[in-house]
Amino acid sequence: MLSNNIFDFERPIFELENRLNEMRAIAEDSGVEMETATSELEKKIHDLRINIYKNLSRWQRVQISRHPERPYSLDYIAAITDEFIELFGDRNFGDDKAMIGGIGRIGNQSMMFIGQQKGRTTKLRQFRNFGMPNPEGYRKALRLMKIAEKFGMPIVALIDTPGAYPGLEAEERGQGEAIARNLLEMARMNTQIICIVIGEGASGGALGIGIGDRVHMMENTWYSVISPESCSSILWRSWENKEQAAEALKLTAEDNLKLGIIDGIIEEPLGGAHKDPAIAYQNVKEKILADIEELSQISLPDLIDARVEKFSAMGSTRLMEEEWEEEPLTLVNKP
Amino acid sequence: MSWFKRVKENILTKTEEKNNTPDGLWTKCPNCKKALNSRELKKNAYVCMHCEHHLRIGSEEYFELLFDDNQFREIGENIISGDPLSFVDTKKYPDRLIETVSKTGLTDALRSAVGEINGMPLVISCMDFRFIGGSMGSVVGERIAVAIDEAIRIKAPFMIISKSGGARMMEGALSLMQMAKISAKLTRLAAAKLPYISLLTDPTTGGVTASFAMLGDFNIAEPNSLIGFAGPRVIKETIGRDLPEGFQRSEFVLEHGFLDYIVDRKELKDKLASSFRMLLTPEAAAPAVKE
Ligand SMILES: [Zn+2]
Repeated sequence: MLSNNIFDFERPIFELENRLNEMRAIAEDSGVEMETATSELEKKIHDLRINIYKNLSRWQRVQISRHPERPYSLDYIAAITDEFIELFGDRNFGDDKAMIGGIGRIGNQSMMFIGQQKGRTTKLRQFRNFGMPNPEGYRKALRLMKIAEKFGMPIVALIDTPGAYPGLEAEERGQGEAIARNLLEMARMNTQIICIVIGEGASGGALGIGIGDRVHMMENTWYSVISPESCSSILWRSWENKEQAAEALKLTAEDNLKLGIIDGIIEEPLGGAHKDPAIAYQNVKEKILADIEELSQISLPDLIDARVEKFSAMGSTRLMEEEWEEEPLTLVNKP
Repeated sequence: MSWFKRVKENILTKTEEKNNTPDGLWTKCPNCKKALNSRELKKNAYVCMHCEHHLRIGSEEYFELLFDDNQFREIGENIISGDPLSFVDTKKYPDRLIETVSKTGLTDALRSAVGEINGMPLVISCMDFRFIGGSMGSVVGERIAVAIDEAIRIKAPFMIISKSGGARMMEGALSLMQMAKISAKLTRLAAAKLPYISLLTDPTTGGVTASFAMLGDFNIAEPNSLIGFAGPRVIKETIGRDLPEGFQRSEFVLEHGFLDYIVDRKELKDKLASSFRMLLTPEAAAPAVKE
């Protein structure tokens, strides 16, 4: 079936698929044997798919990460848990629909889920504030994480946000403080934390639930300090350089793995998670269970130490050469 | 030639120039536009004598204002930036760095130092807005990290003076991770029961607000500083109307419950020293390790 949500770079595939469908229809109607022709075309489509989807540019990955049919946090949770109870509210201000959470079970393992939530229809997109949480969203996530800590169950954070909401009330209620608090509390949270970027990982809004013992990205997602569009508007003073900005930011899963920012990449079905969500769900579920198994072997003090060390090691700096140290520059003022 | 060699040459030139700067210059107050004698201004903690406007200053001035006799030992100063992404926008990142180094005489947007404040040891990390808008990259993160390690080692209280437009885009996700890194390091300081005071100055926005600047045992600010997560322009575009008077200024942020107090820069040193003295637990206040 032809979808309305086709990217330009996918068009050649859909054109061939269209032709294949026509061919099949003709074969059925006329009874003419077209087996050779159709199987040839099928192979051609298969090769083209691999060729296109395995050579995506960074900007194309960003586009796939935002595909409107892509599974969202609640889709994953519904698919992978045997039981799930959604929990609401931050106990102070309200319930943020852009940040969902709840307690779930896979087999005998209970776990706490938190995650940003996008909506699929125009109405739902607004209801979910386009996946952009307010401060109460981060505080709700922290409240749920504290429950997980108390009852010794792992936390699974699903990251999918174009950023924390930059609104007036968000500032009044302390957007910065809410995110900052989560960074600190997650760094010392006394239980296992697994974070998975399932769509967009934009800046502090993503990081606000992103401090984990294991941080993974799905194959067609992005995670960076800023969106390519905003980066373009700031550095190039134009919205037109988003493709260039995406390249410069090195924001794909592969890039982030190389930079030491994430621990692994979760494979998606060819063309993106929305092409065959069942495969995406299965891969995510397996990764969560494997991580829990692995992390639960580590004592909690060691786990937290390792978590702090992991994030402390992030960055790219170097020391000035030896000769630098011998020559005093600006420093150590003597009266 | 490697870029940091060129950086070095630029700094040395700059330092020489600075030493030759004559006294008795005049500065115009950006608020009331009156002319201010530089020497008097310095004596007044860089606060306008006419309108109390707090002029923007950097690490050099803050260290001199806060450390007894302007004596301090800088730490992490030999940590400099890499170019992890080989980032190019309208310029190459290393070229931007070199340019900024020659313009400012600074090697990055933050300096850390240890000294004494009214006779009590203190470690300070102070941002410099002049260096690429006080943007937070890996060097800022690492220089804060070594400062926290030093504070723990000598059992001294710690403070960060923030002045930043946010994360440094040219380091991509690595700059974002500096928020995580410093917050994680702060858990170690907290575990050692050492006080941490965050001073927010004009302006403090973006990733700095959403991490260490809001994580002090006390979050304090200079008067009328712009403090926020999103910048005012972005918010205005988002909500499509004008922002109220005083929005995101220190007084507004305090009224909404996110600051412990606002302090006039002329009283900063004494109020800080009192705060730290009262915060220090008897066990943490054990005599500092002498160098
Ligand atoms: Zn003035």
